[in-house]
Amino acid sequence: MALEVQGLIAGYGPVTVLRGVDFRAEAGRITCLMGRNGVGKSTFLKAMMGLLPADSGTITLDGTSLHGLPAHEVPKRGLAYVPQGRRLFGPLSVAENLAVGGLVQGNDAATLTRVLTLFPRLRERLDQAAGTLSGGEQQMLAIARALCLKPKVLLLDEPTEGLQPSMIALIQDAIRSLKAEGVAVVLVEQRVESVLKLADRVAFMVAGRIEKAMEVKDLTPDADVFRTYVGV
Amino acid sequence: MTAAVLALAASGLSLVFGVMRVVNVAHGAFYMLGAVLAWAVASFVPGPPALAFIAALILAPLLVGALAAATDGLVLKRLNYDPEATIVATIGLLYMIEQAILSLYGPNANPVQAPFEWRIQLPWFGYSGYKLFVILAACAVLLALWTFLTRTKAGLVMRATQVDSTTARAFGINTDRVYMGTFALGAGLAALAGVLIVPIQQAHYLMGGDPLLLSFIVVIIGGLGSLRGTLIAALVIGLSDGVISMFFTPTLAKILATLLVAMVLVFRPQGLFGARA
Repeated sequence: MALEVQGLIAGYGPVTVLRGVDFRAEAGRITCLMGRNGVGKSTFLKAMMGLLPADSGTITLDGTSLHGLPAHEVPKRGLAYVPQGRRLFGPLSVAENLAVGGLVQGNDAATLTRVLTLFPRLRERLDQAAGTLSGGEQQMLAIARALCLKPKVLLLDEPTEGLQPSMIALIQDAIRSLKAEGVAVVLVEQRVESVLKLADRVAFMVAGRIEKAMEVKDLTPDADVFRTYVGV
Repeated sequence: MTAAVLALAASGLSLVFGVMRVVNVAHGAFYMLGAVLAWAVASFVPGPPALAFIAALILAPLLVGALAAATDGLVLKRLNYDPEATIVATIGLLYMIEQAILSLYGPNANPVQAPFEWRIQLPWFGYSGYKLFVILAACAVLLALWTFLTRTKAGLVMRATQVDSTTARAFGINTDRVYMGTFALGAGLAALAGVLIVPIQQAHYLMGGDPLLLSFIVVIIGGLGSLRGTLIAALVIGLSDGVISMFFTPTLAKILATLLVAMVLVFRPQGLFGARA
């Protein structure tokens, strides 16, 4: 199973942000997307989800084209998205947020149990409004909600941003479990340490294009690519 | 009784704004259409008045809802639900509906017979049994609406879309369909209010103006998009409108309601129960 993107061009109205992105994510592997602010990482995730119309290029999942599908059809093909800033349905309860996540798959009890096993803290908060959770709990819910879709590919946009170290460790453990279950994880991440701990492959984005992609095992924390493409 | 009918009409307006962010100026026209359709059904359905009334209660909201759904697909969707553009579009729709009814139905106000003539007679005062029915019917519909929104899958989808339509689409929700359903439901509620009121007020092509104004007053005081706020504000405005109209004048009731809106806008612009933008 693989998600494959070729020559993707997209943007906001007349402003082109993605200028021909080629990208690949495979089942059971974590592919990180790195780059400086404003290079188009979040835009790329939105374009893959159909939330931003692509001007040209192809997006295929297992050989089936996702290009041009309305945004609400993309999750039905197996893509799930955890946006930057979580974007939970704040006034809705934790249980209702999870129910929205499971709409496509019919909200089966086994999936809910699996998700709550992964994030046991959410079980205690099922009736609480999502907007009143702590930052870490909100991030857990955002990931849990996406997992209710039973995705083949999970797109995560800076899931550990602004979280305390204990929460970051919890989220990272959850991402590793997903990898072990065979989910293809695409992770936008800015922290080198996290990338080296989690990822199998890293792609560096510059000005709306993937400039370089390499296996993480070939990288060290002080590798030149991090300075060149991320500025750290 | 005014409060009950007002709550029905205003909840439709509030629902449409809450989910779609569309200020539907044609809401009063949907209310009027409900009343006129009730008259039409009463004129053409033979048999006892109760039979025609029941037929109107079912048919009018369905027909008006279908018109609203068509309007959504043909007009609002094409405007991308842009808040300013949809205000202009619904003003146009208001005039189109009013002029169409004026042409087809005429300028006269026509009565519709109440489904039953029954009066509660107590030693110190009497009260129309039909008015009591209207209050109970409105309460039942609002309770059903509340249950629909909080206990059903469709209600969950509507509330998720209300909070964040972009994220809702990322979870497989067809927001275009949600908007169409919401606009139809809002119009249907207005039409239902029109059917319920017509045995008391008569059907007339300009009858939508007052309820539109009062509905806006109610949703502004209650908080745009907040159903709970809408219900409480409808109760306050409806009761005060009735009491002040009875003991003083209807004009004074409207002046006081407008003053209350002005005070809410100054001191709590998001309304009593609305979320801060």
